[in-house]
Amino acid sequence: MMTSSAINESAEIFSKSTTQLSLKDVYKVYAGRHGWPDKLLRRTSPDYIALAEINLDIVANQFVSIIGPSGCGKSTLLNIIAGLDQPTQGAVLLNGQPVKAPGPDRGVVFQHYSLMPWMTVEENIRFAIETVFPTMTRAEQIDQVRQYIELVGLQSASKRHPHELSGGMKQRVGIARALAIEPQMLLMDEPFGALDALTRGFLQDEVARIWEQQRKTVILITHSIDEALLLSDKIIMMSRGPAAKIVEVLDIPFPRPRRRENLAQFSSYAELRAELELHLSRETRAVEESRI
Amino acid sequence: MANPSINTNYHRLKSSSPWWQNTNLQAFALFIILLVTILGIWEMGATTEIFSPVMPSASRTINDFLGWISDPFYDNGPNDKGIGINILGSLQRVLVGFFLGSAIAIPLGVAVGLSPVVSKAVDPFIQLLRPVSPLAWLPLGLGILKSSEGTALFVIAITSIWPTLSNTKFGVSNVSADYLNVAKTLGASRWRTIWKIILPSAAPHIVAGLRISIGISWLVIVAAEMIVGGTGIGSFIWFEWNNLNVTSIITAIIVIGAVGVLLDRILALLQSWVSFGQRNNA
Ligand SMILES: Nc1ncnc2c1ncn2[C@@H]1O[C@H](COP(=O)(O)OP(=O)(O)O)[C@@H](O)[C@H]1O
Ligand SMILES: [Mg+2]
Repeated sequence: MMTSSAINESAEIFSKSTTQLSLKDVYKVYAGRHGWPDKLLRRTSPDYIALAEINLDIVANQFVSIIGPSGCGKSTLLNIIAGLDQPTQGAVLLNGQPVKAPGPDRGVVFQHYSLMPWMTVEENIRFAIETVFPTMTRAEQIDQVRQYIELVGLQSASKRHPHELSGGMKQRVGIARALAIEPQMLLMDEPFGALDALTRGFLQDEVARIWEQQRKTVILITHSIDEALLLSDKIIMMSRGPAAKIVEVLDIPFPRPRRRENLAQFSSYAELRAELELHLSRETRAVEESRI
Repeated sequence: MANPSINTNYHRLKSSSPWWQNTNLQAFALFIILLVTILGIWEMGATTEIFSPVMPSASRTINDFLGWISDPFYDNGPNDKGIGINILGSLQRVLVGFFLGSAIAIPLGVAVGLSPVVSKAVDPFIQLLRPVSPLAWLPLGLGILKSSEGTALFVIAITSIWPTLSNTKFGVSNVSADYLNVAKTLGASRWRTIWKIILPSAAPHIVAGLRISIGISWLVIVAAEMIVGGTGIGSFIWFEWNNLNVTSIITAIIVIGAVGVLLDRILALLQSWVSFGQRNNA
């Protein structure tokens, strides 16, 4: 008896030291309309099960991408991890503690940048730093702002307002703001989805470069197979909704630093790529066919 | 030289269109035509006595207008003051009343916009009172405050409340969820979120409300002063009407209009200042 519990305990310590984020049997159900006023107006709708049975362990300092057909529940999943949304059932554990609310241990990069238009680049980042580190002196805060503006290479634009920036520059501010609060983990929901292809490629390279400097845990939601292959240690493939699940987790073994033009030379590249292509096209076709 | 057609096109692009095609000049010409037509009909109507004899001619009105304008600040006792003194009196009342009203409307609007409970509790009062002409409050003001000065302020304060209140509520309750999510993920306190995110984001709506409020206050002050008496441009109009000085009334109308434009312009400037960068959202 003694020995088995001791073994369990050591196993638990072991899993804690490696797993940073853990989702246990997470479900998300959006309630439909079935109140009597809706029944009278004949506009009832059934509950919608967005996510079902999501089990996921994410190890510290890994770059993880989530890929899946559109509408499958990727944003829902990321919002649950961020604490902006609650699971209907199941547990989300960050370092073994249940996630109840958003917090600065998870930096979020938003798809539509979400910069405050009345603040300059500098002020946007300083707002984050002041909020998270209220005890820092003014000089330290200003220094930290400068450091993260330099990290994303926006020194020359630091006094400009968001409406004077291109989409790519705005998202660099978004990334700087998310990193400036020194989170344990970076959450990005299709951060480059609104950018043109060339800018997107540039920002992917920037993220790769920054990640080489600061190896944080990253969870990136993306539509793009190339993006996922370039950046990730692991790619999580999700099935279509309703009741979207994790179908498979691919390990991406390419050595770093990676360069997009060299990826094709690795032996497993073609195979991984084909598997992702097949999965996405199969799921997307099924989604489109179910609409008819 | 190689391609003459390009040169001609370039020349055409550069050459400015003839002056009569300038839309600003066209508008100005039309404005002058309208003005001269109005003054002409007015002058004819008065000299040929189509109008009642009370109505002065345009030329006499212009003459008297210039007289009023040339010495706006003379003071010969209670019922004989320059138009400038009267308009400043009204302006002061409007500004004080407007500040009082705004000092109630903005915090209340923020509270109503932030809290659905407060919103539901306060809404019946707002719904019921907003459609009431502010002048209906005038006797109440006299009853409560016993002074004509206080009553005028009271009426203007009430007038200023409604547009600012409803605009503030709208602005505060419609802050983009994206901005609020940023604040949440940073773990910003409620207080910090209100000051740094909600208020700046709602500011354009709040100032739009203030702009409507001051415009309506400027309309209402004239009527309020006609009733409560004392000084001010409203009492001036009433006094001049009792003496059948219609030229003075027309002068007052023009001056009231000019000050109204000025107030609106100032608030418009403030509005564009607080909406900085927010019209094409980042
Ligand atoms: N608040 C909501 N109420 C009802 N259904 C929702 C809500 N939010 C998202 N959904 C549904 O959940 C599914 C997943 O949405 P989302 O997570 O945004 O997908 P993705 O980011 O993968 O494109 C979609 O079918 C969407 O219609
Ligand atoms: Mg999404």
